[in-house]
Amino acid sequence: MNGNDEDRMEQLLKRAILPVGSSEPERDLWPAMSRRMEKRPAAPPWFDWVLAGGVAIFVVAFPAAIPVFLYYL
Amino acid sequence: MASGTEIGRAQEEEAMLLEAFRQGAPDAFESLFHLHQRAVYGWILRMVRDRGTADDLTIETFFRIYRAHARFDPARGFEAWARTIATRVSIDWMRAQHPEQVMAEEFFADVPGPERSDPALSAEVRDKTARAFERLPPKLRIAAVLAVIEELPHKEIAAALEISVAAVKVRVFRALRLLRRDLEKQGIRP
Repeated sequence: MNGNDEDRMEQLLKRAILPVGSSEPERDLWPAMSRRMEKRPAAPPWFDWVLAGGVAIFVVAFPAAIPVFLYYL
Repeated sequence: MASGTEIGRAQEEEAMLLEAFRQGAPDAFESLFHLHQRAVYGWILRMVRDRGTADDLTIETFFRIYRAHARFDPARGFEAWARTIATRVSIDWMRAQHPEQVMAEEFFADVPGPERSDPALSAEVRDKTARAFERLPPKLRIAAVLAVIEELPHKEIAAALEISVAAVKVRVFRALRLLRRDLEKQGIRP
């Protein structure tokens, strides 16, 4: 893709999607924030631990896959 | 017009507020929330382009800020720090979404303003472009939306994404290239 193609794609994108510009929330978010702070943090579900364990085993077994993981992080 | 003494006092008050927040004072957090919620919301809305989601992610961002108060470095400034956290929160959210359900219709240019009006660009092309854009990887999409659509300075984007200005340009270029390929697959030659 050369410079002209890049410019054309930029123009197309600008015409397809509107900018938001400066925008404000429609209501004060503090009451919702306050409720969120009062909630106890949820414990991670068991399958998250299983997934993390699986990834750890995979990385130990196939260290060459580490750059691929890091790329997608 | 504010005098030098007033400015100095305001800076001193802000420094005290930030230090109180760093030490975990709930009142200081509430003050910072009220001072910065609009800016953080606006930043998130630019990335996720849906008002309800921006509300939720603003709260999630401030919740992470609240939990991380001890790691706050007052020298860096609160807003810059909040932006980096808001950007991470938005990327996490995008990764968890189905690509076709992300952007609210109100941000599609179906009814463009006079300066954007282009009779040569059909509604179908606009729609396909917007949909293809939603399918881009979140990190590329965020760089492109902020740089190309919102036209923010690359330096500002780089700070929020915690990458270099050169890396922002690379991401924008890759986003446009992927978008072009996607459109070509659909028979659209941009």
